[in-house]
Amino acid sequence: MTAAPAAAGKSAALERYEAVIGIEIHCQLKTVSKMFCGCSTEIDGAAPNSHCCPVCLGLPGVLPTINRTAVEWVLATGFAIEATVAPTTRWDRKNYFYPDLPKGYQISQYQLPLAANGRLTFDTSEGPFTVRVRRAHLEEDTGRLIHDELGGRRVSLIDFNRSGMPLMEIVTEPDIRTAEQARRYAEELRLLMRTIGASDAEMENGQMRVEANVSIRPRGQESFGTRVEVKNMNSMRAVERAIAYEIERQAVAVDAGETIHMETRGWDEARQSTYHMRPKEEENDYRYFPEPDLPPLLTSPEWLAGIKARLPELPSVRRVRYREAFGLSAYDADVLVNDAAAAALFEGALAAGAGVPAKLLANWVTGEYMRLAKGGEGSGGGAAGRVDAAELAALVKLVAGGAISGTNAKEVFGEHFASGAGVASIVKARGFRQISDAGALGAAIDQVLAANPAAVADYRAGKAAAVGFLVGQVMKATRGQANAGMVQTALRERLDKAE
Amino acid sequence: MTDLTRLHAHEMSPLLRVGEVSSRALTEAHLAAAERQNHSLNAWLVIYRTEALAQADAADRRLAEARRTGPAALAALHPLCGVPVGLKDLVSVKGGQATAGSKILAGYIAPFDSTVTARLRQAGAVILGKTNMDEFAMGSSTEHSAYGPTANPWDLTRVPGGSSGGSAAAVAAFHVPLAIGTDTGGSIRQPASMCGVVGMRPTYGRVSRYGIVAFASSLDQIGPFGRDVRDAAILLHAVSGHDRRDATSAPIPVPPELLSLPDSDDEAASYLRGRRIALPREYFVEGMEPGVAARVREAVAAMQAAGAKVEEVSLPHTDYGLATYYIIAPAECSSNLARYDGVKYGFADRSSGEFIADYLRTRGAGFGPEVKRRIMLGTYALSAGYYDAYYLKAQKVRTLIKADFDAVWAAGFDSICAPTSPTVAFPLGAKLADPVAMYLIDACTLPVNMAGLPGVSVPAGLSDGLPVGLQIVGAPWSELSMLRLARAYEAITARATWRAVEPAELHLTDDPTTPSPAERMTRHTQGASATGSGGQA
Ligand SMILES: [Zn+2]
Repeated sequence: MTAAPAAAGKSAALERYEAVIGIEIHCQLKTVSKMFCGCSTEIDGAAPNSHCCPVCLGLPGVLPTINRTAVEWVLATGFAIEATVAPTTRWDRKNYFYPDLPKGYQISQYQLPLAANGRLTFDTSEGPFTVRVRRAHLEEDTGRLIHDELGGRRVSLIDFNRSGMPLMEIVTEPDIRTAEQARRYAEELRLLMRTIGASDAEMENGQMRVEANVSIRPRGQESFGTRVEVKNMNSMRAVERAIAYEIERQAVAVDAGETIHMETRGWDEARQSTYHMRPKEEENDYRYFPEPDLPPLLTSPEWLAGIKARLPELPSVRRVRYREAFGLSAYDADVLVNDAAAAALFEGALAAGAGVPAKLLANWVTGEYMRLAKGGEGSGGGAAGRVDAAELAALVKLVAGGAISGTNAKEVFGEHFASGAGVASIVKARGFRQISDAGALGAAIDQVLAANPAAVADYRAGKAAAVGFLVGQVMKATRGQANAGMVQTALRERLDKAE
Repeated sequence: MTDLTRLHAHEMSPLLRVGEVSSRALTEAHLAAAERQNHSLNAWLVIYRTEALAQADAADRRLAEARRTGPAALAALHPLCGVPVGLKDLVSVKGGQATAGSKILAGYIAPFDSTVTARLRQAGAVILGKTNMDEFAMGSSTEHSAYGPTANPWDLTRVPGGSSGGSAAAVAAFHVPLAIGTDTGGSIRQPASMCGVVGMRPTYGRVSRYGIVAFASSLDQIGPFGRDVRDAAILLHAVSGHDRRDATSAPIPVPPELLSLPDSDDEAASYLRGRRIALPREYFVEGMEPGVAARVREAVAAMQAAGAKVEEVSLPHTDYGLATYYIIAPAECSSNLARYDGVKYGFADRSSGEFIADYLRTRGAGFGPEVKRRIMLGTYALSAGYYDAYYLKAQKVRTLIKADFDAVWAAGFDSICAPTSPTVAFPLGAKLADPVAMYLIDACTLPVNMAGLPGVSVPAGLSDGLPVGLQIVGAPWSELSMLRLARAYEAITARATWRAVEPAELHLTDDPTTPSPAERMTRHTQGASATGSGGQA
């Protein structure tokens, strides 16, 4: 086997080959009960086989009943990715034998997925990119095999808690060309799932599973190369790295005259490489046929209209609105849209305070708020309090109106974050007000110039940075209340005039 | 006092209500008969003496309480309260076995009640035990049971029909007035015909399939056996109705009139006046025994004489019924039976230590030859490259078969009359070597399943001393009018001499030296291949 290079660097081989990537994502849908029975979906941390019933254990004689909420989540996803939603759908059996598959078949959708021909657009470092989504369908999860040792014997144990959990499978067309696009697609889909509420889509606990089909072909060639399936990518970073690694591995192998084999490979996080899991010599014959235990499902126009009407603002729409209506930078808009709590605070503060400058507010939310919320310095170790949107609006207005300096405002915000006290009362108690009076500032500046002749000399010797030091000294002398902008202007005037 | 086992359920009910007879006494009498005669019939795979008596006592308490409360409370009780019933051994009863006649389900204990079971409990019926059947309901003779064949009480050397042969034989032998069977291709009607009892398959979706071990999901229906039409209607009433656990069960109300089919023969017979009966020429098939054809034609003539209008019709796709059935049913069963892998319950051979090999060993030893044959047929029909030619094509033909029937209803006919089975009960082992001959036994019942229709087989006399069944088929959801017609036929033949004849060899079953059906079959099949057999369901 060829020693594959590290994923990070770009090899010369990549310039000759183009990658063709398709992504399959399984999302565990947010429902109270499982796909075809009444068992609870709260299986995290539960004892093995504690969330099972005759139906999800596939006992003789049991029958499935459809969880309508799960269907609605797929339909909602379909609308969100501009897919065609089927007026009639049906269920198919995918037949195969495996110990974690209690019925010997999985109820899935084969011929008539709930949603088809959608697309998802997202930003990449090379600009916006659109991936066509071939289909989104509903299916049930399997149980889990655990290989263990009991009394010195190797045994395989089965936990059926996950059996029958509702899953949505979303399959793209082979439109993706780079590892970054793949990662961004997965991130955008995750954001979409969380925004519409269909799934928590946590990769770490298997609520979202990403698989990639990766092949390469010489640039300019139409036909696809042999594809390799890559699994076990447990984070977005892993998705990007595994695919990048796999592209490079294939390119190097082809350059060396090797043949790429159809296979399933896993991502090894520790080694940062993919490894052979099993060959995929031919497609399995799953003997799909329509599930006779479930009648076809009609999606009535009224039902669909209701689902569509309940869709929240989608991330792509929200980004545009933030940029166009509030003049936010693409970066700020993206940061806000990617953080539900931050976006809610932003929108809440806008609604609470008439005339709050949106861009300044966005800076506060993406800056101070997110720093504290993530448990940054001064947040009290992350045990953060809640920020009241109206209080934040009031604070930002004080800053914008020049009534309080930026430095003091950060202190006020920190205290509000920690204690929940009102902004006005904190400002009053701390005696914060901004000194914007030229006379008062002039006196303070004179004192600082007199006390720091070395810095003055540095400035005059051409060290412009010395101004920063002097501004800091003035702020210190005024306990942070000086209008920093005015101080800077006045200082320069004095220094330049006296030259 | 009369022999309690000779009572019909509709006769037991009034006696139970007034307290003239207790459920315990009824249950004791039936238990005694079943226990005494099962050796020579093998109709029962398990008899629940203790549980049945406890249920009987509970029913007696309910009856006593209702008597104290008043006539309204008594009337609110289901007529089945206190009445013993048998269940085919694929009906899940919490805490009990459900072998489906298969070795692979040996040792499996159902942890839940089927909807049918739950409804019977609610009605207060007494579950006497579980009856024998062809393995997974695949067969037409009950010879494919892993627990030995069942004998026909009319002639112990013959089969009772199948796959619900145990239920049919138990009802014919007066072990229970009523029993539950399932009908995927004729498995209620055909054994009813061969055992001289009433057996009815409801419209697909009328009775919940939840908790009934599946054979072919799109064809399976659960239905009653009884010794007359009124009894069958009462049991149908108890188990019917929409069930949210079965997505294919229909939200169609159950007619309460099922409980009040006329007792008076004159009143019952009057229903025939002006009814239009279709006689499909394709159902008088080649190879039909003359005695069978004669009895069915006499029955139709009698109905005509009583005022019904009979016309010959054509169901042109009848010939394709068998071939399409043997694609669709095996396809569905190949998938339905995939769960029997030895991993979770039932029989398992884990000697290889490797799971694929264990699967092969478990399924190889756990399934009988007929089940394996159908799993292979179905797996083949669903395989990539064959799906369109077989399964999809069969579904299209199925639509045509259904359209044949639709045309009859659209032409204004009330029902279709035909033979249930082209032959009377055949000797044990006679068709085991010839699967196609076995499959042909169901040519007249299969199309009804393909179309999802209700059908009932009622006794229509004897041919060479063995029962012949008349099949009456109705439009979807027409169970009530179909059973009224069946009751009317029963009424106009109430005084026929053959009605008074009891199964001819029933007396032999009391003799402990009478050989068991398994012993008889061994004698019959000596030299013949035990693996070359067939039959529908
Ligand atoms: Zn469950």
